Amino acid sequence: MLESAFFWLFGGLAVAASLGVILSRNTMHSVMWLILCFFNAAGLFFLLDAEFLGIILILIYVGAVMVLFMFVVMMLEVNEAVKREGWLQYLPVGGMIAVILFIELVAASTSGLFGSEQMAMAAHMGADVNNTVEIGKELYTRYLLGFEIAAIILLVALIGAIVLTLRERKDAKYQNISKQVHVRKEDRLRKVSM
Amino acid sequence: MDWLDMALQAVIWAAEILAIAVPVALAVAYTTYAERRVIGWIQVRQGCNRVGPYGLLQPLADGLKLFLKETIIPTKANKFLFIAAPVMALMPALLAFAVVPFGETTLFGLWETTHVMAIANLNVGVLYVMAISSLSIYGILMAGWASNSKYALIGAIRSTSQMISYEISMGFSIVCVLILAGSLGLSDIVRAQEGGLFHWYFIPLFPMFIVFFISGAAETNRSPFDLPEGEAELVAGFFVEYSGMWFAVFSLAEYAAMFLIALMTSILFLGGWYAPIPALDFIPGTIWLLGKASFLVFVFIWFRATFPRYRYDQLMRLGWKVFLPWTLAWIAVIGISTYTPGLSDVIAFWQPWR
Amino acid sequence: MNFIKRHLKTWLLWELVIGLSLTGRYLFKKKITVEYPEERTPLSPRFRGLHALRRYESGEERCIACKLCEVTCPALAITIESEERADGSRRTTRYDIDMTKCIFCGFCQEACPVDAIVETQEFEYASETRAALYYTKDMLLNVGDRYEPQIAANLAADARYQ
Repeated sequence: MLESAFFWLFGGLAVAASLGVILSRNTMHSVMWLILCFFNAAGLFFLLDAEFLGIILILIYVGAVMVLFMFVVMMLEVNEAVKREGWLQYLPVGGMIAVILFIELVAASTSGLFGSEQMAMAAHMGADVNNTVEIGKELYTRYLLGFEIAAIILLVALIGAIVLTLRERKDAKYQNISKQVHVRKEDRLRKVSM
Repeated sequence: MDWLDMALQAVIWAAEILAIAVPVALAVAYTTYAERRVIGWIQVRQGCNRVGPYGLLQPLADGLKLFLKETIIPTKANKFLFIAAPVMALMPALLAFAVVPFGETTLFGLWETTHVMAIANLNVGVLYVMAISSLSIYGILMAGWASNSKYALIGAIRSTSQMISYEISMGFSIVCVLILAGSLGLSDIVRAQEGGLFHWYFIPLFPMFIVFFISGAAETNRSPFDLPEGEAELVAGFFVEYSGMWFAVFSLAEYAAMFLIALMTSILFLGGWYAPIPALDFIPGTIWLLGKASFLVFVFIWFRATFPRYRYDQLMRLGWKVFLPWTLAWIAVIGISTYTPGLSDVIAFWQPWR
Repeated sequence: MNFIKRHLKTWLLWELVIGLSLTGRYLFKKKITVEYPEERTPLSPRFRGLHALRRYESGEERCIACKLCEVTCPALAITIESEERADGSRRTTRYDIDMTKCIFCGFCQEACPVDAIVETQEFEYASETRAALYYTKDMLLNVGDRYEPQIAANLAADARYQ
């Protein structure tokens, strides 16, 4: 009973928060709503005994990704009038995508593939089953190749992002901090006998 | 479970939360007192010694003063976020204390087995602490943005980029601990260090210990990394526009985070609630843990009294170009030595899971 | 060798340790704070504090209303009015010093030919109103009566250097 109460709480708040994301005028408020939405999604993970996934969702998405979102939003000056202009123009395409997504979701959820009898596990596992350990075992044995490929793709993306921002401007002067830090007394000071 | 059981459980939870939250609030208040006294002594002054004997009532006087002061909300500020920001800053700092194990107890022999003294003994405790403490960024970011002031905004941006950068090296230095302890639970990590000083993780992970502690200082915006407050250029950083009790809430959050970092360092690297020599274990573990944490808080204060403030580009360089490579390298060192034939016997001394 | 030593110093944060040990030593040094209401720093005989008007031993006020102090006062803090008394001597009817204007330069004391206006070592005369800092002739004479032994001692101590 308590569990279903929490499910409705998290689920309802998640839906309300995602409505808030798309309906609020202020982009900053949208970001805050999105954070609330992620929190409730994490709560749903906890209810499913997936505490590792829930924590990771908070750590990565709320703790890092959304902060960068907020950075961007804070830096942009979003003009309300311009933003509202021409939303009718985008309505057909946007509406079509929304309708297709909705039909897909309804079809998937009513197909019976995700019914409770189809799930691998209907009841809670005991407290002694540590799903961090289980995920680790699966990830580093059966899915090792996929894991490594994903890691390499991420590394490439990381290096790519760094390379994109690395451009030396000839007309600007930079401080070489390494050089500054590595300076020692002997390099600059000279004892002169008088 | 009937209603009576549920009510009883709720009362127990409330008592547990109070038993952690009230001492934390008091510790935070008296950390401000300790900071003023210690910095005073180091500067050959007396520090605050006027209110009460040895100035011990000073935190209460400060609290009362701040409580009675007017809270000014700037006209152009975003009122809701402006008021929500200090709450968002304080909440994660206190939430993280939920999983900190303060020791093991049998409640004077009442229970047959020892219980860990924590509100929630999560098996992903380390991740929980990391996740929750990363949330404190939002309070700062919101405060900076909602104040509608350029100093606050720049302070907030500095603060968040600093916290994100140092969180990474903190996380990687924790990974080294996890490789040795073989668990994400804080109480398991402490138990893995049982058996005296030489089993503590600061010995095999000495560079990580230093990196974690210094990153902790940067993470909590403590001096010498208190750039976000940079009086000289930013007046007071992200909380310039705050006054009265809301201002106090920010410093409460900062000191609570500092205390948390001290506790985490003692749990992860300094053997948690165990005594340095097993013979000294008759002293309750909570006292050992709090003693270690208090010493580390003192070291934070000592840092503040000693080091000048970093320049911002140097700070970023330290985080990304010194700490990050070091932590990555040390993960490799620990990982390789765990599975290298000759070395694995040496490192197995710290790895009780083998 | 030098290379190893340098790197060892860098990675062991040697210079930070030196700094910490210095502040650590200062932690236990004797504190030099003077805890003011209980302890006081010694005051020089030349200390320039609250003003006082002095009298002769006979009880006659020294001030002859020459107005040199009023003229020399750079802050225009002194106001003097005078008239001839029944015995033919020239005395002040009004001698006010506005302490909120006074800059405690001591020029009035130096200008005075009869050592009438002096500055005492008293400096705890703060008040809650500005009006209380407007010292009239009676108040100044009163201050003089109260601190006469101290003033005389200070003048005697400093007389050699005048």
